Amino acid sequence: MFYKWTKNILLTTFALAVLVPSSIVVLGSFKKDVEIYTKPLALPKSWSLDNFRNLIHTGNVFTPFKNSVIVAVFSVFFTLLFASLAAYAISRMTTVTGRVLFILFSLGLAIPGQVNIIPIYHLFVKLHLTNSLLGLILVNIALTLPISIFILTSFFKDIPREMYEVAGIDGAGHLRIYRSIALPLSRPAMGATGIFLFVICWNDLLYPLMLITQLDKKTLPLTLIDFRGEFATSYSMLFTAIMVASIPMVVMYIAMQRTFVAGLTAGAVKG
Amino acid sequence: MAIPAVAVYSFLYLYPAIQNLAYSFERWDGVTKPQYVGLHNFTYLATNDDLFRKIVGNNIRFTLIVVIFQTALSLLFATFLLKNTKTTILLRVIYFFPTILSSVSVGLIWTFLYNPNFGFLNASLKAIGLNKFALNWLGDSKYSLYAIALTQVWFHTGQMVIIYVAGLQQIPADLYEAAEVDGATRWQQFKNITWPMALPTTAVVVAYTTIQSFRAFDLVYSMTQGGPLNSSDLIVTSIYNTAFSSFKYGYASAQSIVLIVVVLLVTWLQRRTLRIDYGVK
Repeated sequence: MFYKWTKNILLTTFALAVLVPSSIVVLGSFKKDVEIYTKPLALPKSWSLDNFRNLIHTGNVFTPFKNSVIVAVFSVFFTLLFASLAAYAISRMTTVTGRVLFILFSLGLAIPGQVNIIPIYHLFVKLHLTNSLLGLILVNIALTLPISIFILTSFFKDIPREMYEVAGIDGAGHLRIYRSIALPLSRPAMGATGIFLFVICWNDLLYPLMLITQLDKKTLPLTLIDFRGEFATSYSMLFTAIMVASIPMVVMYIAMQRTFVAGLTAGAVKG
Repeated sequence: MAIPAVAVYSFLYLYPAIQNLAYSFERWDGVTKPQYVGLHNFTYLATNDDLFRKIVGNNIRFTLIVVIFQTALSLLFATFLLKNTKTTILLRVIYFFPTILSSVSVGLIWTFLYNPNFGFLNASLKAIGLNKFALNWLGDSKYSLYAIALTQVWFHTGQMVIIYVAGLQQIPADLYEAAEVDGATRWQQFKNITWPMALPTTAVVVAYTTIQSFRAFDLVYSMTQGGPLNSSDLIVTSIYNTAFSSFKYGYASAQSIVLIVVVLLVTWLQRRTLRIDYGVK
């Protein structure tokens, strides 16, 4: 009896701890500032879309949204492409080269990506890649390659060797085997890794903070930071912007829950 | 086939990492010519820099709090949510939800909750008569680090619950049935079955949380920017500020070398004590 009560109380408490702040944000995006301060959890007096209209009107959320989409989509696509090619090579090579490649990329798992901010910054200044979405995409690819290769290699190694061998006997080359056997079979792993990468790129703050100063090149996390005013923050606008920034993630989470959870946990377990 | 990956990775990961090491032996403001100073940055860090020592201390405290609370809570919740029923699945979905938000969003939402004047946390505490506990969470150097640690726990506990549930579901059910027959209490079952059997999962959770805590930047930057009085400064925020506010690039690089060493050391220690097998299966 005591166990059951404690269990239920604890479970409810944490569920509320998640739901209450989330509700404050969702409800707040329809409210005026004063209403948020005085009654954060009450339903809005009127469900007005003024905040959203304001946000679109001032135009400082549409551009970052577009930038974030560009950066995330291209980063994920190229990381998955390069990582799956490399992972295929590593998983098929029984020679020393495969081993060396694997160790090379494992080094990247040992060195936290954050420590490279200074050399990357100076390199990008020289290459004129600051204030450039291409620059962010390149950084994202480089930073996420090791973990992606790690996840995909372990997956490719699980594909039965006979599948490859049969294709090899039929005269298919490596590129062909990669495309018609390894890729189709690894669709779940690629999907999970893709989502994991998308979340990282969509939410990254450190590198954009350092590389992007121009307003029209900012990504969503940078814009959100800008909403925090020097002296007073307009929480109604901030919450609305958070809503807009989170919507793609929430939609993906609801639509592809299994893949989403698998991706984010695989990233943690393998990383 | 590995050429594109190797090219990007070498040029934008390994080469910068080596350069970073080179910078750490230099004094450089980014404008004038870098000056080779040998180990000076490191000796200064170790002997003269009280602030950096404080920051490393902050980071260790932050890591300990987050690791202990996040691991304990997620293991506890995972044991509650082990069976697959409608309620447990719904709760797991709710718990996981913060993980999909961006750390900046989470930081800014909690900045609102923690606000001493109109924040939800203090309003709730006052409403139930706990005025004494209505603190200036982020504005007081005594509490800021803990407030951010709490946010971090809120942020990632759900993700760890999922990892634990997957791990605990591997434990054969007959072990519990046999224990039940022998009249073992819930606590005895936990101590003698769940805990030892979940040790590999605990190793993963602890290792991941530790590394994540030493890499932490976003929450601090969006909530306090390290303040007040550096009370919530962590290693990565210090590297960032040393480089991009004080323009001491060489010195900042030396700090980042310290971060690498700390991370490697912790990983090695945990591997030894928790016997993690990281190998690809």
